Amino acid sequence: MTTVGLYHPGTSVLHRLPAGAKLAGLAAGITVLLLLEDLRWLGAAATAIVVLHAVARVPARLAIAQVRPLLWFVIFLLAVQLLLTDWQGALSVVLTLVLSVALAGLVTLTTRVSAMLDVVESLLGPLRRVGVRPDRVGLVLALTVRGVPVIAGIAGTVRDAHRARGATLRPWALLVPVLVRVLRHADALGDALAARGADDDADVAAPPRS
Amino acid sequence: MITVEGVSHRLGERRALDRVTVSFAEHRVGVIGANGSGKSTFARLLNGLIVPDSGRVTVDGLSTARDGREIRRKVGFVFTDPDAQIVMPTVAEDVAFGLRRSGLPRAEIARRVTEVLARFGLAGFGDRPAHLLSGGEKQLLALCSVLVTEPATVVCDEPTTLLDLRNARLIGQLLVGLPQRLVLVTHDLVMLADFDRVLVFDDGRLVADGVPAVAAAHYRELMR
Repeated sequence: MTTVGLYHPGTSVLHRLPAGAKLAGLAAGITVLLLLEDLRWLGAAATAIVVLHAVARVPARLAIAQVRPLLWFVIFLLAVQLLLTDWQGALSVVLTLVLSVALAGLVTLTTRVSAMLDVVESLLGPLRRVGVRPDRVGLVLALTVRGVPVIAGIAGTVRDAHRARGATLRPWALLVPVLVRVLRHADALGDALAARGADDDADVAAPPRS
Repeated sequence: MITVEGVSHRLGERRALDRVTVSFAEHRVGVIGANGSGKSTFARLLNGLIVPDSGRVTVDGLSTARDGREIRRKVGFVFTDPDAQIVMPTVAEDVAFGLRRSGLPRAEIARRVTEVLARFGLAGFGDRPAHLLSGGEKQLLALCSVLVTEPATVVCDEPTTLLDLRNARLIGQLLVGLPQRLVLVTHDLVMLADFDRVLVFDDGRLVADGVPAVAAAHYRELMR
């Protein structure tokens, strides 16, 4: 079962920080990481991110789970970079990517999705004048986070069904049944959203008041 | 009072409902019928999820075609598959989802969420990832998410079909004990034993309507 993108309850300083501050910190942190090229500085940044995880009391397995999906991409990226530059440069690019994802994962683990939605909706508020629906953008973000475990679950079920019938596991053979199920799920989710009145709030204003 | 007048509806090429007319004001109404008999389509009419091709559906005087927003506030809907109706990643967030646009202060939303979770045995589950709940817990969550908005009517489309016997019994007992008007689509005739009225559908038509014993006998006859 996937643990990517899940809120990890807690009472740490990081958990108590407002979502807006954490998102601003994340943007600043990633900017700094992009500016760092020296491996010693990147090492220091890695240490700081580990300390932040410790402060937030995030279990190591959860922290690792946030970056594990990058594994194959990181290997590919490292190989390409080694062809283009020296090993220090290649390692620097890979570390920047992994640390950025780890930092983003830390924000996700310590922030409720609803709190992030409130921030996104507030930030996008002025765009209402040009027809942007902040509530819709927020809903799409929430559904994206919720969709990760759902799609992982569907893929697991289809894979198990193939195994149970003794079929050889080929990724492309799983693609169509997974896609069909995901589309059916999306259809059912659309009905559920309509039934819960999600489509009725088009002209209703802001997120809940504090 | 819920009134369905001369409703016909097609789903693609298939006739899902054929000239259905019925009205009811009872507290607990059951809906039974074979798979594909039209009972789920009938249930979806009541929340405005489906607006019929012809005919009219009103709930307490409101038309589902014209007053969709008010109807959805008055009529909560619980689906068969709870996974498909959980929108937010954690339990408390999902229950609060329906209240996000209510204009209520955050503290009041939190109070209502805590209260409804405690009422249905999910106290302490607030921060749990919704997808890690058991099937029964997910259906309880779906029920909480509907009830937190305080609808006057709850329509449930086979809410126990995917559950084991214990969870099915638990959900069934909770549903039967609701103060709200309840319209329950089910195959579980035992659950309907104490209902006020049961409607039987067959091939898109309402073929029987009466007290549970009479309706169940008619249904069993159809299933021979």
